[in-house]
Amino acid sequence: MGLSLTRAAQWTPASSGTGKLESTPMNESLLKEILSFAEQFGSQHPQEALHVFQEPLQWSTTLMASDFKTDYDISDSDVQSNERDSEGLPLLQLSPPTVSVRSFSQLSKLVHLAEDKKVEEVQACLEENRYPVVKILGSIVASILQGEDTDTDVLSLVDKVKDQGKDSEVKVKLFLFLRNLDNKLLSKCLEEIAGKIRLDPTAVKNEVDSLKQSSIEGEKRVLKSIQYTSDYIFSNGCRAPPWRQVHGEMCYLVIEPCDTETLCVTCSTAGVFLNGGVKQEGEESGYERTSDVHRDLRTLLKSRSPHFAENINTQDFAVQEPPSTQKVQHVEPVDAEERGQPQSSYEQREKNVNENARQSLYKTGGEKKYEPCPRWRNLGLTSPCGEAEEKKRSKSSGEEKSDGIQKRKRGAGAKGKMKAEFSASSLPGRPSSQKIKTSAGSMSLDAFSESSSESEEEEEQPERRQESNTDLPSEYWQIQKLVKYLKGGDQTATVLTLCAMMDFNLMQETCQLAIRDVGGLEVLINLLDTDEVKCKIGSLKILRKISHNVQIRRAIVDMGGLQSIVRILDSPVKDLKALAAETISNVARFRRARRTVRQYGGIKKLVKLLDCVPNLASLSANQEKDVEVARCGALALWSCSKSTKNKEAIRKAVGIPLLGRLLQSPHENMLIPVVGTLQECASEESYRIAIQTEGMIKDLVKNLSSDNDELQMHCASAIFKCAEGKQTRDLVREYKGLQPLASLLSKASNKQLLAAATGAIWKCSISMENVAKFQEYKALETLVGLLTNQPEEVLVNVVGAVGEFARIPANKAIIRKCGGIKSLVNLLTGTNQALLVNVTNAVGACATDMDNMAIIDQLDGVRLVWSLLKNPSAEVQSSAAWALCPCINNAKDAGEMVRSLVGGLELIVNLLKSTNNEVLASICAAIAKIAKDKENLAVLTDHGVVPLLAKQTNTTDDRLRRHLAEAIGHCCMWGSNKASFGDAGAVAPLVRYLKSKDKEVHQSTAMALYQLSKDPNNCITMHEKGVVKPLIHLMGSDEEMLQEAAAGCVRNIRLLAQANRNAVLFN
Amino acid sequence: MSEMSAMNRKVIQTLAETISKHAEHFNKTEVEFLIREFNVLLGEQTVSGRAVPGLDRGTFRSILHNIFGMTDDMIMDGVFRTFDKDNDSFVSMKEWVEGLSVFLRGTLEEQIKYCFHVYDLNGDNYVSREEMFHMLKNSLIRQPTEEDPDEGIKDLVEITLKKMDYDHDGRLSFTDFEKSVREENLLLDID
Repeated sequence: MGLSLTRAAQWTPASSGTGKLESTPMNESLLKEILSFAEQFGSQHPQEALHVFQEPLQWSTTLMASDFKTDYDISDSDVQSNERDSEGLPLLQLSPPTVSVRSFSQLSKLVHLAEDKKVEEVQACLEENRYPVVKILGSIVASILQGEDTDTDVLSLVDKVKDQGKDSEVKVKLFLFLRNLDNKLLSKCLEEIAGKIRLDPTAVKNEVDSLKQSSIEGEKRVLKSIQYTSDYIFSNGCRAPPWRQVHGEMCYLVIEPCDTETLCVTCSTAGVFLNGGVKQEGEESGYERTSDVHRDLRTLLKSRSPHFAENINTQDFAVQEPPSTQKVQHVEPVDAEERGQPQSSYEQREKNVNENARQSLYKTGGEKKYEPCPRWRNLGLTSPCGEAEEKKRSKSSGEEKSDGIQKRKRGAGAKGKMKAEFSASSLPGRPSSQKIKTSAGSMSLDAFSESSSESEEEEEQPERRQESNTDLPSEYWQIQKLVKYLKGGDQTATVLTLCAMMDFNLMQETCQLAIRDVGGLEVLINLLDTDEVKCKIGSLKILRKISHNVQIRRAIVDMGGLQSIVRILDSPVKDLKALAAETISNVARFRRARRTVRQYGGIKKLVKLLDCVPNLASLSANQEKDVEVARCGALALWSCSKSTKNKEAIRKAVGIPLLGRLLQSPHENMLIPVVGTLQECASEESYRIAIQTEGMIKDLVKNLSSDNDELQMHCASAIFKCAEGKQTRDLVREYKGLQPLASLLSKASNKQLLAAATGAIWKCSISMENVAKFQEYKALETLVGLLTNQPEEVLVNVVGAVGEFARIPANKAIIRKCGGIKSLVNLLTGTNQALLVNVTNAVGACATDMDNMAIIDQLDGVRLVWSLLKNPSAEVQSSAAWALCPCINNAKDAGEMVRSLVGGLELIVNLLKSTNNEVLASICAAIAKIAKDKENLAVLTDHGVVPLLAKQTNTTDDRLRRHLAEAIGHCCMWGSNKASFGDAGAVAPLVRYLKSKDKEVHQSTAMALYQLSKDPNNCITMHEKGVVKPLIHLMGSDEEMLQEAAAGCVRNIRLLAQANRNAVLFN
Repeated sequence: MSEMSAMNRKVIQTLAETISKHAEHFNKTEVEFLIREFNVLLGEQTVSGRAVPGLDRGTFRSILHNIFGMTDDMIMDGVFRTFDKDNDSFVSMKEWVEGLSVFLRGTLEEQIKYCFHVYDLNGDNYVSREEMFHMLKNSLIRQPTEEDPDEGIKDLVEITLKKMDYDHDGRLSFTDFEKSVREENLLLDID
């Protein structure tokens, strides 16, 4: 009856603890059924009734001593039954308000005694004993029996449990009785539910069939396909698993409409609705309703698929009744019950007969099958593997969800952060997925401070607990036993038990979860607060293993265990400190845990652990322990350092010099966590400076030549992050780090390492000296080879590096010769924004070479770059526009090429509406190049380029000013554009540009002014704004172009003045 | 009196010198203090005035209880047995210093030997099931609902044997013990 109780009975919300049974009609009928079973058991099965329960059923009763009659030993308010077990203990014991009963005979008697209160008694009993079968038969037997296939006959069942005790036969019989009752209850529930039926299986089947026939076949089909998720049909015509049938669901369909995405549909008695995607049985999450409930399939499809709605009416439905009659057919409760259930109730009756004739069957070793086995299998007995799979699913869906949140956060406008993440996301792993915790307002703030990009960052997803304690592995019961001793033992027994527990494979999920599920985690955590060093050591040794499990980590934090572990870091016992730190390193893999560590002062304590002398030639035993402690401390800090606030806390606790000292250790297992922490922290400016000034670059470079891939990876990644600074780049070169970096490129099979190495090369090659050095090692040739068939995180860095290399003319030819141009152009079709930024940069850099440009043109690269202007990312837009400049410059017949791009000019003009200065500057630069072709300039003018450029003139950004002035200068060459610029008020701001300190701005402004000055009105404006004086100043420049432009402008102004004067004089 | 103590001091010093050669984990000064402590303890014990060769079982047990906080009778007897190397039911001065040397400062190896001796109640060089049962008898808190509290103990013994009995002869030999302790230090002074 365990199953019907957990599945069918309607418990009040607090169903995990001691929930109450709701007083619904269904529960009442269930109770009555159980009551009559208990009442009659004593008389019907006298032999089995004598069986003593493994554990007593206990509940608080309303019965008083006075209610008991003969056969009972009554003293004061306490009552004991005269009936006793083999050891002389009474089978019934009442000490108000608790009563405990240990056999069915006593239970029956009690129910009789209770008279009118018997329903309440049974209810109280059930509420307080949620797993009566386990209590009655003992957990081991119950699990064996429930785990068995229902096909097995009684004899083999007896066989199975024979070694569990002498009275196994009775137990099996008892179990079968209980199971029979369970079946009865379940089918009663189903009947009850069926009573409320509106749709029924037959109606659904008819509709599906008709849809299948008329919709999918033929020319004017309205649906692509319609399929059931399951081919198995239960006796009542339903295809849904029994425990879903309890909810009134009959079957699931996967429908592929012609015009929209695939629909997953649940057909239930209450109507038809979309679900979360039931594909296979056993995935609880998929059953949730995600749409409104519709009357039938057709209405649902009409609302979802316009194509269906349109065509369904025009179709000739010969096979199908008109909708009105169909509706009548669907709403047919009585009919449904008769049609839906008869077979199963017949089966039920038949089985009852068989139950009654059990004795004879038993003797003949009867071959009676008790139930169609899918029902039993499906009733919550998910296999471990299936469950694991499901967890994976739920995890990934959780991640998707949080990714969504992440995106929203980005959208909320943290542009600076986004920029930072571009470089971060080029690291191995996906961008960190964070989660806004809703429980406390302050937490969401904290969430923003996360910076991790580690792939091991994990989510706090809700986790489904195993619902029944059946089908558990033997380890579960052994661990349960051990935990029992752990609870009740003195320190000797505790240590023994802990040691025994360590012998289990604690890395295995079943064991990990078993420890949690039997309450072992609480005990282990409690032990941490005792004074017993040995117990603490034992407990931590287990915790450090099982904390590899995500759920265990969360449970430890939830139980407040992390605080205790942090406290242990202060212990004088070194073993304890090391173990505690190691455990923290496992637990602190998620944000909440890391915050807890920080809030309880854990960071400071962990930093303290680092204090040791790691690089002595010979260590005493004591010093060796210190080093081990430090290593564990570094491991813990590594985990913790994934939170920005923790990085800050480590810095404040003066952790950086200590890490620097540990970095000199000769041992890999020490170096990995230390460098791991450093590279994690190097996302902070303060750390980058410290790493450089504390002289850690030298050690990092040294370890690049280690033969441990992981260490190499972290070193490279630290250099990657630090090499943003010029000094660091120079230091890497000085310490001869470039060669090992270049040689890491050969380890192409380890993608994480490759990503880190290429990242470091990219950043280092920002310094030209480094590029030259890299060339000695033929790094570029290798890099170009890595442009294909690599994961994105590698590609981003490789392309970035190629872009940097390509600034040296000789390298452009190398790239071409190695076939890099084609690879680069191919990458232009990608979607990764960080990658696109780098690819466009690289393509732009290559395009400065005429031969390269020819290849790019041939591969239609310009069109691809141009289309990236449509990319939503401003960074991609601007880098694409920058790349266009050399392309247009160097292309043969550039004007024709640009014109051939349909809509391209309009697109570029429209980007002048952007609010991003970098985009504007790049677009202006591109326009300046395009405008060199008169025809194109005409088109640009038609698209309104003049007012848009004029609108931007008030900017103070020198970079934008320079390119804007250049664009204006070039756009003046067409028609009345000069005058239009003047009318749009672009002249006066341009004059102000001459006050800028940027020489480049002066040059392009002077050119623009020279062009504009060809319009007399502009001359007047310029003159009014005092342009002459700065222009005369510019004439003294060394730049010929500048001299010429300034002089030309002044000349135009002068000529106008002259003409004006002449006009005055001669008229 | 001062003469007496002066002489005493001298005696103690020579004694200390000889004994500290055997007790390798103490230096001479420490041995000297231990001898003094021994004499004080011995002095408390000689109520009858009769000279005794050393600390008797009762005194020794009260020392273990008061100073080292031991509570288990069985273990305390075992410790006494281990200290009393010549089996004369008294812990002599030499035995006292040497015993403490291992007890407090011993290397892992010495402590393994020492502990095994403590657990080997009958001195047959094996810790049998029964001996183990005796030692663990009080280690589980009796729960009223428990059918048979001894069941738990038996089970615990089985668990221990399963873990430590490498040669599967149903009892712990010294080799078994040593091997398991080397594998897991925690097992040292439990069983």
